[in-house]
Amino acid sequence: MHDNDMDTKSTRRVEIVCFTVEEQDFCIEISHVLEIRGWTSTTTLPHAPEFVVGMMNLRGTVLPVVDLSLRLGFGKTEPGERHVIIIAQIDEKVVGFLVDGVSDIITVDEAEMQVAPDVSSARTQAFLRGVHSVDDKLVRAIDVREVLPQAARPDA
Amino acid sequence: MNDLNDMFFQECDDLLEGLSSGLDDLENGSGDEETVNSMFRAVHSIKGGAGAFGLDQLVGFAHAMENVLDDVRAGRLTADENIVALLFTASDHLSDLVDAARNGSDVPQGQGASILSDLKLASGVTDGDPATEAAGAKEELPAFEPLTLTVDGALPELDELLSPAAPEVTVITFRATPQLYANGHDPALLFRGLEDLGNLTVEADLSSIVPLRDAPWSTPSPSWKIRIVPDDSVDEAAIRDVFEFVDGLCELEISAETAPPDNAVAALVDGAPEAEGPSPSAGPGQGVLTVVDPAAGTRKTQAARSSTIRVDLQRVDRLINLVGELVIAEAMLRQSMDELPHSANGRVDEAMNQFKQLSGAIQESVMAIRAQPVRSLFQRMSRIVRETSREAGKSARLVTIGDATEVDKTVTERLVEPLTHMIRNAIDHGLEVPEKRRAAGKDERGTVTLEAAHRSGRVVITLRDDGAGIDRARVRQIAEEKGMIRLEDDLTDPDIDNLLFRPGFSTASEVSNLSGRGVGMDVVRNEIQALGGRVSLQSEPGNGTSVTISLPLTLAVLEGMLVRVADQSLIVPTLPLREMLQPGQARIHTLCDGDRVLALDNELVPITDLGAALGYRDGAGCIEQQSLLLIEGDSGRRSALTVDAIAEQREVVIKGLEQNYQSIPGIAAATILGDGKIALIVDTDQMIALPVKSGAADRPAPNVTGDAFHA
Amino acid sequence: MTRILAIDDSRTMRSMLQSALADAGFDVDLAEDGVDGLEKFESTDPDLIITDINMPRLDGFGFIEGVRRGRHVSAVPILVLTTETGAQLKQRARDAGATGWIVKPFDEDKLISIIQRLVA
Repeated sequence: MHDNDMDTKSTRRVEIVCFTVEEQDFCIEISHVLEIRGWTSTTTLPHAPEFVVGMMNLRGTVLPVVDLSLRLGFGKTEPGERHVIIIAQIDEKVVGFLVDGVSDIITVDEAEMQVAPDVSSARTQAFLRGVHSVDDKLVRAIDVREVLPQAARPDA
Repeated sequence: MNDLNDMFFQECDDLLEGLSSGLDDLENGSGDEETVNSMFRAVHSIKGGAGAFGLDQLVGFAHAMENVLDDVRAGRLTADENIVALLFTASDHLSDLVDAARNGSDVPQGQGASILSDLKLASGVTDGDPATEAAGAKEELPAFEPLTLTVDGALPELDELLSPAAPEVTVITFRATPQLYANGHDPALLFRGLEDLGNLTVEADLSSIVPLRDAPWSTPSPSWKIRIVPDDSVDEAAIRDVFEFVDGLCELEISAETAPPDNAVAALVDGAPEAEGPSPSAGPGQGVLTVVDPAAGTRKTQAARSSTIRVDLQRVDRLINLVGELVIAEAMLRQSMDELPHSANGRVDEAMNQFKQLSGAIQESVMAIRAQPVRSLFQRMSRIVRETSREAGKSARLVTIGDATEVDKTVTERLVEPLTHMIRNAIDHGLEVPEKRRAAGKDERGTVTLEAAHRSGRVVITLRDDGAGIDRARVRQIAEEKGMIRLEDDLTDPDIDNLLFRPGFSTASEVSNLSGRGVGMDVVRNEIQALGGRVSLQSEPGNGTSVTISLPLTLAVLEGMLVRVADQSLIVPTLPLREMLQPGQARIHTLCDGDRVLALDNELVPITDLGAALGYRDGAGCIEQQSLLLIEGDSGRRSALTVDAIAEQREVVIKGLEQNYQSIPGIAAATILGDGKIALIVDTDQMIALPVKSGAADRPAPNVTGDAFHA
Repeated sequence: MTRILAIDDSRTMRSMLQSALADAGFDVDLAEDGVDGLEKFESTDPDLIITDINMPRLDGFGFIEGVRRGRHVSAVPILVLTTETGAQLKQRARDAGATGWIVKPFDEDKLISIIQRLVA
């Protein structure tokens, strides 16, 4: 919270959760993250987009799990023990993001976020807000609302 | 203040409900004196609260209504048909005003003006009548006693009048009657009140006091002479104000002392010490009457009244959710125990059974918290009947049966819209105009009956009208014109009736202002289905139509059959389930295009492979190894669902899918099984409505990212 | 501490009285109609009573009658809450044995000052 006290117009320091999908680094703001869980089996949904893996039970709450790899234009994930589900709250909805693994929680300066370089597919591009340079890595910031299934978005 | 505000509006709701039920009693002749009294009190309380919140419009209207009720109560006015009708209209408007106040909006003045003037006319207060206007005005003004100024001799010079008045001594002579003491007054406190107005001396005149032993209650009490030098700006009215409450309970004289100031007064003006702290409490009057038996507190007649508390609905919902979790946890525990080697001892089993019973009982009690009688819902409908029949130029009354039937609060709230629409339909399309009714030998006034009852674990709400019934020829004609059916289609009467539930169907020859608001019975059906209910319709030409809604008691729990389909666990609600068949028992025919049907009771029932319909597999399963579930929808249409295996019947806690995701075709909701896994609950009505060809409703052609939902 | 019994069948009004009186440092007991009021009167022995007039079961006048001429005669000050200011009502209140009246909607300061003038 001290970070906020030192805010000026040019800096907005935020904590981000970094994770990997297909060996690439991505992140979302920690304010969205409710918890991080190991893989649990989900129930397949009929008539659902393929990137919606299924519904999971989080202590009585039923929520959809999105395969971020497939959603971002990489291959379909064959989930197993080593995979991780990031439970995120986006507006009123709670959603799980299936990722390969969570690597770090770091603080970055939002103002220094850059436009994503044109290295990934157009689809990936559409789901990114930008990139942070962390050490010598590029960490892509996911637009959490964009990656949700359209109809499940709060404003849909 | 906000809490108070909320409380006031909640109370208004209760009071309006009471008012409405009182009116119903008056209308059907079962009202008595207390009915009118309680109606009066309801309106009076609304007025009182509204005044406190400065809701002037509401105060004014409630006041006029209160006058009429007061006249009825006092017998000055007979509660005949016209008055009751007026009161109904007025109570509707009152309810509008309350709503407007709640939303912080104003109802346009003109809207209630005619009702207001009708009310005033009824209670004999006319706008133009100066006498009554004046009487009304008098009521609003604070009590005002005119002062008589006695001017001796010539008028004083103007500048004399304007100069600050020299301290004038006012002399007050005061003698209390016994009643003054009996009413809880204390002269000492009155004099203390005078102290705030200026310097004073008090002298008791004890001459009238007789020895105590000779004194009966009614003996004249002492009198006092008080001399006061009023502070600036204190006039006689202010002095009289102190005595306002004892007016009529004492002899009181107030006069200005004209004589040159005597010593006492001089001392007063100087603020003599003896003027401080008057001690007139020596009067024998007080103390005599305040005899309170200390044992009085022991007499207690505890009235047996059911007490209620108000609880935020969110808290109840949280409790219900938690209890749902408890039930699931119990099932999970049970399942884990069943998986243990069978050495488990009997005591654990016994404890588990107790646990199960307890959690079941808790669940039931918690659900009961949300249960509410449908009374208030039905009362809202009586207004709809009045308004609609007025607009449609028809005469109708509402009869309610079983309004004590309890239903989940959420259900009653969500029934308002569909019921409103059904009632508008019944009056607008169902009831005939008075002339036609007379010609048919019916009472000119149509009857709409709203009935609620509990039937085999469900709530059944029926709306009946005694109108003309559905004009099936006309319905058919419209459906043909709209291309909903073909000319050569052979339709049974129920088939035709069910056309009314089809989207976009409206039988009104001209677009009516009432029910034809772009919504049809299909919207009603959707609403009811969203509540887990069914709607059906019966009609008899000439005798009327009835629409029946059947609803689950609570929204949270459902009785279902756990089945396996394509390695998935699914729940099929037991309600529409008619029969379970093994293929060996059933006659299955394969039609030329591969579709299969079940021959049952001289009828061919389409077979739908549940796994294929939900897109879990491409083709139908091997039917010889499957089971058939015969289900029947609201429309009476039947369908047979094939499943791979039937596990067991169980009660499940419903978890909505929309909260975190979206609705899914063919799926009503989800639940959590004993092992913590999620099972989806099949929407049987959608399954019945599916095209016969199994597998036709396959999953949307998935592209790489499956963005079919981005449409 | 001065103990006041406030009787009104309106929940809202009871709450308003409760908060106004408690803020002024009085001990407050509440009752919801005349019958309830009489019970509370006997069990709490208040220093002053404020009562509504129009109430179910037993109205304000009936309540006052019960206090003044009931089994236990009491001269406890009783204020009636009324929406009317007409002379007729005042006369009726006085005849019934009321000590004074407060016109609804009441001003809190005025209410408190009236009470303070009636309790020693």
